[in-house]
Amino acid sequence: MTLRDFVNKLLGRQPASATTAKQRLQLVLAHDRSDLNPELLEQMRREILEVVSRYVEIDIEEGDVSLETEDRVTALVANLPIRRTKPLPVAEEGDPLWSATQA
Amino acid sequence: MPVTTSGSRSILICSGKGGVGKTTLTANLGIALARQGVRTAVLDADFGLRNLDLLLGLENRIVYTAQEVLSGNCRLDQALVKHKQEPNLALLPAGNPRMLEWLKPEDMQKIVGMLRESFDVVLIDCPAGIEDGFKNAAGAAEEAIVITTPEVSAVRDADRVIGLLNTRGIKPIQLVLNRVRPKMMANQEMLAVDDVTDILALPLLGLVLEDEQVIVSTNRGEPLTLNGSSSPAAQAYNNIARRVCGEDVPLIDPAKVRRGLRAKIGRLMHTKIF
Repeated sequence: MTLRDFVNKLLGRQPASATTAKQRLQLVLAHDRSDLNPELLEQMRREILEVVSRYVEIDIEEGDVSLETEDRVTALVANLPIRRTKPLPVAEEGDPLWSATQA
Repeated sequence: MPVTTSGSRSILICSGKGGVGKTTLTANLGIALARQGVRTAVLDADFGLRNLDLLLGLENRIVYTAQEVLSGNCRLDQALVKHKQEPNLALLPAGNPRMLEWLKPEDMQKIVGMLRESFDVVLIDCPAGIEDGFKNAAGAAEEAIVITTPEVSAVRDADRVIGLLNTRGIKPIQLVLNRVRPKMMANQEMLAVDDVTDILALPLLGLVLEDEQVIVSTNRGEPLTLNGSSSPAAQAYNNIARRVCGEDVPLIDPAKVRRGLRAKIGRLMHTKIF
C-alpha cells in the first residue's frame, strides 16, 4: 500500500486506479497462465477442501484456495485453518487404508 | 529454430495487442541502428495490414516484395528498398495479403536467412495477434523485443505473447514500455514501470514517453531518429538502439522527468508504507 492509497482510505475514496489495475492484472494473468477458469478453480477448491476435511477439521468458511503468480511462475496456494485433527478413521475392508495396514 | 548465420541477429518486434507501437519502434530502431553503422534490414511481416513502408517514407519506392522473392520472380536485392538518407537501412516490404493463404513458417525462415547473409541485424515487424502471422514471424527470430503500454489490456496481451515466445525458446526477450505519461504515473493513475516489469518478469530495454512528435514524424514518413530530433521519444529510441548494441545506457526515471513541488509531493505519495 502506498501513501496515496492510505490517504484515499482515510478519506473513504477509491484506491488509485493504478493499484486497482495491478490487482486486476495479477488475478487475470494467474488464470490466463494456468488456463484455469474461475469455475474450474472453484470446483478444485471444493474438492481440495473435501479431501482435507477427511483428515482434519478445517474452517470451511475461512479456507482459501487461490492462484498466485510471481516471476511468471503460477502457484496454487491453499490456506486452510485447522480447527483440530480428527481421530484416524477406522480402516475397513476395501478401503485403501485397510490394504495399506495389511501390507 | 532458424539456422544461425554467424554474427547476424534476427529480432522479432511484437506485442500481442495492436496499436501499441510495434511498427513505430521497428522504423525508429531500424534507422537508429543504421545511423550507428549497423547494417540493418527491416522486414514487414504484417502481410495483412502492412504499414512499415509508410512510417519509413518508402511507400512509393516499392517494386517487388517478399512475395516475389519467395516465388523466385526476383532476387532479394531487387526487392530490398534502400533508405536514401540512411543507406545502412533496407526494407523488405510485405507482399500481398493473399500471401497469408500459403505462407508457412519455413518461408519466413528462408527470407530471414537470406537477409542475415548480408545484414548485421534483421528486425521483424510482427503482426498483432497470436495466430498464424505471429507464428510465422516468431519462427524466424532468435531474439524478441516485446513492446507494451502501461494499460491492462496491452499488458495482458503481452503476457500471452511472452508465454508463447518462452515455449519457442526465443531469448533474450526484452521489454519496451511505450507511451509512458510521467504525470499520470506520479498520480498513480497509470501502472508504474516496476508494476509492469514485475508482472511480465522481463528486463526493461527501454522506456518511451508519450510524445506528440511521434505523430508528426509519422505524418511525414520520417522516423524521429532520422534527423537527430531531441524529442523525448527520439532519445528513447536512440538509447534502445545503443542498448541493443550492448552499450550500457541508463534508463530514464519517469518520476524525475517532472520538477517542482507538485512532482515532489507526487513522489512522496508513491512511498510504500506497508
